[in-house]
Amino acid sequence: MSGEKHHIVPYRLYFVVLIALLALTFASVWITSIELRDYTVAAALLFAIVKSYLVLNYFMHLKYDKPYIKIMVGFVFAIFLVMIVITFLDYLYR
Amino acid sequence: MQTTAVNGANYLTYQGKYKGLLGWIFSTDHKRIGLLYLYSIATMFTTGVLLGLAMKFELLAPGKTIMEAQTYNSVFTVHGVIMIFMVVVPGLPAVFGNLMLPIMIGARDVAFPKLNLLSWWLYVSGVFLVLAALLFGKGSPDTGWTFYAPYSFKTGTNMLPAIFGAFVLGFSSILTGLNFLVTIHRLRCKGMKWMKLPLFVWTLYGTAWIQLLATPVVGITLVLVALERVFGVGIFDPALGGDPILYQHLFWIYSHPAVYIMILPAMGAISEIIPTFSQKHIFGYKAIIASTMAIAFVGYLVWGHHMFTAGMSGTAQYYFSLLTFIVAIPSAIKVFNWISTLYKGSINIQTPFYWAVSFIFVFMIGGLSGLVLGALATDVHVHDTAFVVAHFHYIVFGGTGFAFFAAMHYWFPKIFGRMYDKAWANTGWLVFFVGFLALYTPMFYLGMMGMPRRYYDYLEEFHGGNILSTFGSWVLATGFIIIVVNLVRSARKGAPAEANPWHGRTLEWTVPSPPPVLNFDKEPVIGENDGPYNYE
Repeated sequence: MSGEKHHIVPYRLYFVVLIALLALTFASVWITSIELRDYTVAAALLFAIVKSYLVLNYFMHLKYDKPYIKIMVGFVFAIFLVMIVITFLDYLYR
Repeated sequence: MQTTAVNGANYLTYQGKYKGLLGWIFSTDHKRIGLLYLYSIATMFTTGVLLGLAMKFELLAPGKTIMEAQTYNSVFTVHGVIMIFMVVVPGLPAVFGNLMLPIMIGARDVAFPKLNLLSWWLYVSGVFLVLAALLFGKGSPDTGWTFYAPYSFKTGTNMLPAIFGAFVLGFSSILTGLNFLVTIHRLRCKGMKWMKLPLFVWTLYGTAWIQLLATPVVGITLVLVALERVFGVGIFDPALGGDPILYQHLFWIYSHPAVYIMILPAMGAISEIIPTFSQKHIFGYKAIIASTMAIAFVGYLVWGHHMFTAGMSGTAQYYFSLLTFIVAIPSAIKVFNWISTLYKGSINIQTPFYWAVSFIFVFMIGGLSGLVLGALATDVHVHDTAFVVAHFHYIVFGGTGFAFFAAMHYWFPKIFGRMYDKAWANTGWLVFFVGFLALYTPMFYLGMMGMPRRYYDYLEEFHGGNILSTFGSWVLATGFIIIVVNLVRSARKGAPAEANPWHGRTLEWTVPSPPPVLNFDKEPVIGENDGPYNYE
């Protein structure tokens, strides 16, 4: 809306985030060369979480949004987490 | 507050950039898009009804009656795909949400009108893709509307266009949900606080969240089925190390919340009709809002009750059964609120009211039979029987379908600016209602006695129930014809309707019938003491 303030993010910050995302992508590929057994998937998910955090906060401007928008996004992730946990109630106890 | 049309033009007669049909299919006016959805969905509903009638005719007697077994498999699959993905999921949000939501919150249009038009185009594209799967290539899909693995990647029929069509229809649903969410958050008129929103808007809000969050899951799942089918990647195929039950998890993570996409706006429409025809403030406004959001939330967490006999772990079964019982509570709250609203109301018995009270009647039967299926011990006995089909149709057809007709008769004068013939409308309702009961009630009995669903043939002991059910389908079809003929004729030749024929209190009744192009000459303002159900 016209009456609202818009936070202007400098290009430099976008570039730094881009470099970080590329580095994390390479790191997520590299880590598969190490035998982590059951933690392989956990490691991949950890990298994905950090990358999602960066994209959401900087590329999608969540960092500069109002609290209610952050709460809504948090709610979405909570639902997603609950779905994963419930699905594993089946797989872990079969 | 009564506003007037700009230069006498309303959205039906307005001449924009394009003329004729182009003026409709390229219009970004939310009302015109709502009508485009109405005509598209009505066409698909009629197709689905014809397929349903063919199925019931086949079941009139044991053995072959009018079609081969393979054709029967395709007919029930296509009936399900059309009715679920093209009729009941988009139904109330796309038609009445588009037609009424912006007006009810005092806005001129939805937040993203062009995206809204794109949603309709995606819907039509999805419809054509599915129809292509039916008419061309290796024959219609025969897996059932659920596309269960391993059927969906083993069958030789036309699965890919059907899957792709469902995928595209999902995008249409997501865009509509996104549009409504932003519209409700950003475009409410001055004074329209959250606790002054009409309940239909609240239910559209809850529905939009489900559309936005759950639909991508089924989209991804259908892509995985396509990958399995084309490349044999081994996600669902046990021969390649995959797990077919994973497909069921992913499918129902969407498709159970989808039931709430179907029923929540239906409950919203009923929550508008009951106070209007009782001329009384709705009982428990905040309780209905809380139950709406509770259904939207808990509805995400109960998908496994579709899979009790699929081979899921016992722990998961207990959990899903428990939460299924919990999700029944908010639905029951709504029913109590509607009935309490009727109590000591100035009841005005009109066609929308008949539809609304019959909705409550059949929805309660559907809901209570759902508890039979939600309980582990009884579900094992009636799973995949005609009992499930009866329960499902009582909820989805008796719930969403009846609410759709209720909403159609309620908002018809506003949408078309004309009134329908009330005597024929009441007759249509009565015939339809009797047909509905005769069609689906015997299925409860047949299922309890052990008749499986989706079976082409059956034992002689099930013959009587099937005859009654098939007869019911003919009565229902007769009622449907009466309703459609009356509405189509009235839209063209009915008596001009007043702006507020039912004495409603929500904003759509303050604008002329049919509404002006921009809905309001000036933005309405809601006062501190105004409210959607403030009756004298």
